[in-house]
Amino acid sequence: PCRTCCLAPSGAAPAMNCRAEVLEVSVEGRQVEEAMLAVLHTVLLHRSTGKFHYKKEGTYSIGTVGTQDVDCDFIDFAYVRVSSEELDRALRKAVGEFKDALRNSGSDGMGQISLEFYQKKKSRWPFSDECIPWELWTIKVNVVNLANEQERQICREKVGEKLCEKIINIVEVMNRHEYLPKMPTQSEVDNVFDTSLKDVQPYLYKISYQITDSLGTSVTTTMRRLIKDTLAL
Amino acid sequence: AMDTDLSSQDRKDLDKFIKFFALKTVQVIVQARLGEKICTRSSSSPTGSDWFNLAIKDIPEVTHEAKKALAGQLPAVGRSMCVEISLKTSEGDSMELEIWCLEMNEKCDKEIKVSYTVYNRLSLLLKSLLAITRVTPAYRLSRKQGHEYVILYRIYFGEVQLSGLGEGFQTVRVGTVGTPVGTITLSCAYRINLAFMSTRQFERTPPIMGIIIDHFVDRPYPSSSPMHPCNYRAGEDNAAVYPSVEDSQEVCTTSFSTSPPSQCVFTVTKAHFQTPPPVVTDTLKVPVMGLAFSHQLSSSRLSYQPAALGVGSADMGYPVLFAGGLNAAHPHQLIGPGKEGGVPPIPSQPAHGTQADQERMCTPLDGVHYSAATPSSSEDTETVSNSSEGKCGSPHDLLETIFIRKVGAFVNKPINQVTMANLDIPFAMFAPKNVELEDNDPMVNPPDSPETESPLQGSLHSEGSSGSSTGNTHDDFVMIDFKPAFSKDDILPMDLGTFYREFQNPPQLSSLSIDIGAQSMAEDLDSLPEKLAVHEKNVKEFDAFVETLQ
Repeated sequence: PCRTCCLAPSGAAPAMNCRAEVLEVSVEGRQVEEAMLAVLHTVLLHRSTGKFHYKKEGTYSIGTVGTQDVDCDFIDFAYVRVSSEELDRALRKAVGEFKDALRNSGSDGMGQISLEFYQKKKSRWPFSDECIPWELWTIKVNVVNLANEQERQICREKVGEKLCEKIINIVEVMNRHEYLPKMPTQSEVDNVFDTSLKDVQPYLYKISYQITDSLGTSVTTTMRRLIKDTLAL
Repeated sequence: AMDTDLSSQDRKDLDKFIKFFALKTVQVIVQARLGEKICTRSSSSPTGSDWFNLAIKDIPEVTHEAKKALAGQLPAVGRSMCVEISLKTSEGDSMELEIWCLEMNEKCDKEIKVSYTVYNRLSLLLKSLLAITRVTPAYRLSRKQGHEYVILYRIYFGEVQLSGLGEGFQTVRVGTVGTPVGTITLSCAYRINLAFMSTRQFERTPPIMGIIIDHFVDRPYPSSSPMHPCNYRAGEDNAAVYPSVEDSQEVCTTSFSTSPPSQCVFTVTKAHFQTPPPVVTDTLKVPVMGLAFSHQLSSSRLSYQPAALGVGSADMGYPVLFAGGLNAAHPHQLIGPGKEGGVPPIPSQPAHGTQADQERMCTPLDGVHYSAATPSSSEDTETVSNSSEGKCGSPHDLLETIFIRKVGAFVNKPINQVTMANLDIPFAMFAPKNVELEDNDPMVNPPDSPETESPLQGSLHSEGSSGSSTGNTHDDFVMIDFKPAFSKDDILPMDLGTFYREFQNPPQLSSLSIDIGAQSMAEDLDSLPEKLAVHEKNVKEFDAFVETLQ
């Protein structure tokens, strides 16, 4: 099932009717992971439901989503995430790869990580299913280097404050109650939700990232690729 | 006429949703200010009692208070449900930090589906509330409460009162949900003067305290209070009739267990401490330390305890968490106010099994104030005033860090009347019998250095009480405080990080300051010709010297 792997062609614009939000943060190298996780988890908190249990006659009941507080070690900040170890692991994996790519790229530490929510649209043979994004979150990251402990302490606090602002921004977007996929029937549920996790059910999502070189153009060597269905033909 | 558009079943459902949404909102806010990390589990099989498909525990007392405040009503236009979060120091000063408002306006969305869309959007709104409660300034304060201050909550219903938040407060909107009977909005107004007030600064930076003291307002007496008092007297009839909705939340099986008191060490710092330590009078508002209940919540442990505040206090808030201040040996011992300076202990309160209501009856509504001994880990710290010494020309003098002798954090009597028997300090029996007033405190007014030829000689041959760091010759025994560097409650209560930061900015060397430098340079220049002449005269000697080096 689609999870963190994805192919987003570099520079591809989001499809029509896909709303796009961009957040920017400047962090120190060791803060990258926590900052990314804070943002991604906050978005996914709003974009995950309990597991659906379909019953007769097309009705369904919804499981319960638990939440937990996470304290950051390198940032004066705390956030709430969904209580799901599987989801946390998936996000950590993606963010870890992003962080490594940032570090190894030799660029001056600029990159972006994207979280895209999409729906699958079944097509008839011989065409394969389309992935239609309906919401795209992009976090632009600028890694700074700090000279001494004093600066690091200030950075801890400043980044904490910045992340508070980002959370407020995310909540504002969520509150607009804009397009959300229709609640699916049992046969359609896998086109809308990721049903592979055992305790929660996020909307289908993909995470991708890009590292930008100092000229600001995207460098594609660090992107992870999956064979896109349509290219399999 | 509007309501006829909504089927009666839908109307009933909607009312139920709004009621439980209000209750869950209160739970989320209060739990976010308990000072501990919250953790609840996801469950794939619906249990049927998790409203809005979210695992939000219900603290029974909080539900009780919320229901009392609502009194069977629902938020409507002009009738908002407000949760006020305030901070209260152990001295009794309090300050409002946030007001969370659940309001209803007239904008209706007739088309929206109640049982489906409204419900899911309310669920989303609760998630937003979970996220937002962690990003306002009060969150970080609440995570560090327990030592110098506690966080209290108060629920009221009616008109929103924001005046207690000071000037320039900010608001953040959590979200809105349209319904056929109006639009529900959830927002938070919060004091911003705290934005820079990290607890680090709270612990040691008086200038910040100086600002905050301006905001500390002794709560007016109930009759003059503009707010609705939150009356927690037990046994009072709830005159309101609750809707006859099936309510699985109504049943609360409370099981309490006493939690061991965590360490509570209290140090009060005041910006300009000119007067002797304040004599604590009857107006001291002090939360009762006696009983700490913990309610087991799956994998998290939350402690909460109703406040018992002094008579005349309109502040009927409930401390969201207050741990500590209990004598470890007698977890429930309360020390009553001394009548003639004595400290009669009060019999222990029942240890456990007490319902919250009953516990509240012990609170001082009859004018008696309770205070508690400090835990055994507290030590007798002393009052130091840096500014009066003029020790060094450093900018740090401006901090004027002042520490009040910490005899007992919540002792309700003049400090010098406390007998040593109440203090759990090491070697207490060797300590001076009378706790000294600040004037006699050698740390405030250090004794003059001995009149000797050289300081070194003085210290070696001084006839004074040798080995005595206090210079107090009255006592046979001297209490020696071992204060390892960077330990808490040191003369300067600093942690390593603070120490490091401060000493990274040492004061400017006086010899590098412009005036002196310029002066000496002028002198140097003046004396140059003379020196040159001397050197020229002795040139032969210099040459011979140089040759010996080669």
